[in-house]
Amino acid sequence: MALSPRVATPSSEFRHTMQNLLSAYFPIAVFIVIAAGVSAAMLGGSLLAGRQKPYAEKNSAYECGFDAFDDARRRFDVRFYLVAILFIIFDLEVAFLFPWAISLGRIGLFGFWSMLGFLGVLTVGFIYEWRKGALDWE
Amino acid sequence: MEQFFFHTVAGLVVLTVLECLAILVPLLMAVAYLVYGERKVLGAIQLRKGPNTVGPFGLFQTFADAIKMLTKETVIPSGANRALYLLAPFLTFVLAMIAWAVIPTNNGWAIANINVGVLYLFAVSSLGVYGILIAGWASNSKYAFLGGLRSAAQMVSYEVSLGLVIVSILLVVGSLNLNDIILAQRHVWFCLPMLPMFVIFFISALAETNRAPFDLPEGESELVAGFFVEYSSLAFGLFFLGEYMNMILMSAMTSILFLGGWLAPFNIAPFTWVPGPIWLILKILFVLFMFIWVRATFPRYRYDQLMRLGWKVFLPFSLVWMVLTAGFLMATGMLPVGSANGVG
Repeated sequence: MALSPRVATPSSEFRHTMQNLLSAYFPIAVFIVIAAGVSAAMLGGSLLAGRQKPYAEKNSAYECGFDAFDDARRRFDVRFYLVAILFIIFDLEVAFLFPWAISLGRIGLFGFWSMLGFLGVLTVGFIYEWRKGALDWE
Repeated sequence: MEQFFFHTVAGLVVLTVLECLAILVPLLMAVAYLVYGERKVLGAIQLRKGPNTVGPFGLFQTFADAIKMLTKETVIPSGANRALYLLAPFLTFVLAMIAWAVIPTNNGWAIANINVGVLYLFAVSSLGVYGILIAGWASNSKYAFLGGLRSAAQMVSYEVSLGLVIVSILLVVGSLNLNDIILAQRHVWFCLPMLPMFVIFFISALAETNRAPFDLPEGESELVAGFFVEYSSLAFGLFFLGEYMNMILMSAMTSILFLGGWLAPFNIAPFTWVPGPIWLILKILFVLFMFIWVRATFPRYRYDQLMRLGWKVFLPFSLVWMVLTAGFLMATGMLPVGSANGVG
């Protein structure tokens, strides 16, 4: 049984969409390859063009002329960790907001109030963090 | 000729490569002259001359600097993770470049006019944190480590409010396509009805690119140079160029989201004669000048002030404004129902 190529079977439609997608994103792939090439050429070029004369003193970590006391990868302030956690929460929220903002015209009042409920819960959490001093740096 | 370029695979590849070069080459030149321009403007503001020796008016200064950097030794500290150490500047520079693939320079002129352009830009600029974190970690130096931490915390803090500002633009436009966002500003640029968001976006852009007054990651007086203290030659150069390229990118984003991109300021005769790309370039230059002007005018923030501004002022304010925008559009029935390009 020979299907005429004009008939849009789900698979041919799917292939068509995929092709559109691929052709839309193909230039980005090319761009990334070229950008990577330029960066690699610059890094490699300076490795080749510059005279490399390493010695122990020069290769030690910079510490205002001292010998480095110990390894630099030591404990650090927990607040940075806290900021990272808060960032994940709020960035996820923004990621939720993107599709909502695009389709708000179609999902109507129900969509609007659902998101407002979500934001309300998040705001309660935010106020709690604020009160607890998670956002304070002194 | 047309047959080759538009109907064969090899032709399309060649065409795409040419398009990419048509963006990248001017971009690299723009970075070179942005560095020069910044030094000149800073010089003028501080009543000095700025670079004036290499070439006429010092025009070749940046190229002299680049050649000097190229011929310097690439120092790789003995305690560093060599692969990661070299990966960091590579990554930073590549990310700074690839964002340009979706920037529209005229109606529908973008290398990739994808329907999720804003999301792509947001994703690429978020990835920028990795270059800095990797550099700070791989250097195995205390200054680099602290600088990397600070810089990462600063960038993620301001990214949240950047995201919320973008969402309120999306509410008005109803499309993630950058070209649609510009077309939605035919009647009025978004910098007028959304003035507070414009201000927040600009200040967040300063913080996101680690520019003065938020240049704490490289606060010379405390961290020497921050995350790239161990870097030399073009490995350092890539960070430097990447930072300036990010500045141009953020200016382009500001122009596209708030200043009407390639649109002429007034839709009447003498203005519409000037082609779109020229308008876009003029707007980018204007925003870049603001970047430099701010650097020459304001002293550096303290770290606690920086975090306070990001989390306690910008985040609540942009969130409230976003909700207000949505509510206003909902109440007046002005929400866009479908986009020009169709989402998905």
